[in-house]
Amino acid sequence: MRHYTAGRRQGTLVAMVHHNAQAGGIVLSRLSKSYGQVRAVRSIDLAIAAGETVALLGPNGAGKTTTIDMMLGLTRPDAGTVSVFGRTPAAAVRAGWVGGMLQTGSLLEHLKVRELVSLMASYYPHPLDVADVLRLTGADEFADQLTTKLSGGQAQRVRFAAALVGDPDLLVLDEPTAGIDVAGRREFWQAMRAVAGRGKTVLFATHYLEEADAYADRIVLIARGRIIADGPATEIKARAGARMIRATLPGGDPAVLGALPGVVSADRHGDAVLLSCSDADTALRALLGSFPAARDIEVRGGSLEEAFLELTADDETASPVTADAAAGAIAGGEAR
Amino acid sequence: MTSATHFRYEIVRTFRNRTFYAVTVALPLVLFYAVASGQRSATFDGVRFPLYFMTAMAVYGAMFAADSPGARIARDRSGGWTRQLRITPLRARTDIAAKVLTAYLIALPSVVLVFLAGASLGVRLNASQWLEIGGLLLVGLTPFIALGIVLGYLVRADALTPVIGGVVVLFALVGGVYGFQLAHSGPLFDVMKAVPSYWLVQAGKTALGGGSWPAQGWIVIAAWTAVLVAAAALAYRRSAARG
Repeated sequence: MRHYTAGRRQGTLVAMVHHNAQAGGIVLSRLSKSYGQVRAVRSIDLAIAAGETVALLGPNGAGKTTTIDMMLGLTRPDAGTVSVFGRTPAAAVRAGWVGGMLQTGSLLEHLKVRELVSLMASYYPHPLDVADVLRLTGADEFADQLTTKLSGGQAQRVRFAAALVGDPDLLVLDEPTAGIDVAGRREFWQAMRAVAGRGKTVLFATHYLEEADAYADRIVLIARGRIIADGPATEIKARAGARMIRATLPGGDPAVLGALPGVVSADRHGDAVLLSCSDADTALRALLGSFPAARDIEVRGGSLEEAFLELTADDETASPVTADAAAGAIAGGEAR
Repeated sequence: MTSATHFRYEIVRTFRNRTFYAVTVALPLVLFYAVASGQRSATFDGVRFPLYFMTAMAVYGAMFAADSPGARIARDRSGGWTRQLRITPLRARTDIAAKVLTAYLIALPSVVLVFLAGASLGVRLNASQWLEIGGLLLVGLTPFIALGIVLGYLVRADALTPVIGGVVVLFALVGGVYGFQLAHSGPLFDVMKAVPSYWLVQAGKTALGGGSWPAQGWIVIAAWTAVLVAAAALAYRRSAARG
């Protein structure tokens, strides 16, 4: 392949930020998009600084892909603006500042892996060395296979290599680990980390809290087209990691239970009550003090779906259907 | 950043699709020998049958080749590759240009092989006449390439094969590609003379006479080209805007 010759080797994996385009980062302001009656994205404001790694976390149908599509210029917003390093998405794409792994998409047929990655490299003004990228993503093991003969995990690595090889300043990954097994995921994120550590701005969408927590500096929680929480990963994790108290308490009134110190919300299922706590120790003492009849007491780490419900409860327009869908999606992540 | 690599891989991809390529090249050859070998001395439409049918089969193969850009556009769209390309600096028109160029490159060997087959059955023309038929065929291919692109953007990939097949058969039938003509005078003959495939098939006779297409031929080809290229541009823009 011609790309490997020294003369064309313009970018290397150590010097990845090669222009000062990164000033300004990514700014979405009052971004909205509807499909018929469905308001997929509702007035989202989001600023991502250059060099940040941000996770867009939310259930299926939350608006993640629509947001990403608008950020990449694939979908025109109904209202609002997107600025990518000070330019429109289309201009940033043309300048070669953007690389992405889209959720859908078969690879180009009748090409070998190495050829496909070389082809992607040829579109960009300062591509990385193809062999380096193949090695980094682990795609070198099957570089001479045709793209149609790959397993799901292999295809995903090729997609990642294709997104990386142009050495873009912004890397957008829409559910990059969808459909790959646990081991494949770990390998993927190891490679991802090596890249993110080199000054790239990375935005990835996921519905797995663990992935968001482990690999992002910052988590933006999105549901029903709105941002419902945005903060450092540790903070979102703490909020999402609330503890639960479960007890048998016939006739327990959720309104009274919910008002106990340390309790955020209370639910009753028959004789059982379920308390979601910000401070489980305080709540347990208060529960036993006020309701000595409580028995079969269990304290456990809250599941993600419960935490997610709590965080989305602020959204007064959230319908039970959506909350269920959200819980289902998040539970799927936890069950892994 | 160069589009040369894109062109190169577009061609590599096409030639690796061996089934498509084999059919495009082999089908006209097989049909030519099957039909023309028994009628070497027959006369048809004012010329020797092998010359007529050789040109017709070259047109047939070229029409299949001309559809390939549309077929690949439909597949790239349905597979999501079009979206992937749109977030790279590559311009969509470069991609289309590469596909069009590839269509001519597929058509060329197919045409040359049918010409060789024609010569083997006694078709004798001088060099300028061979070149003229070949040239007229490549020019007359343009509206078919544009038509393929229109269909590639409008029709879903899984429905495209029968649609394109049907369109090719229809143009072939009306144009006289199958070795018979629907009419020799009257309103149906006027319809035949209004489709580009008719004039493509006539390229053999035209070259033999030493002239070029009459004005009507050029007008028909130019009109279809203008309309279909405009439609292809519209279909492309619509597809790009939909997002």
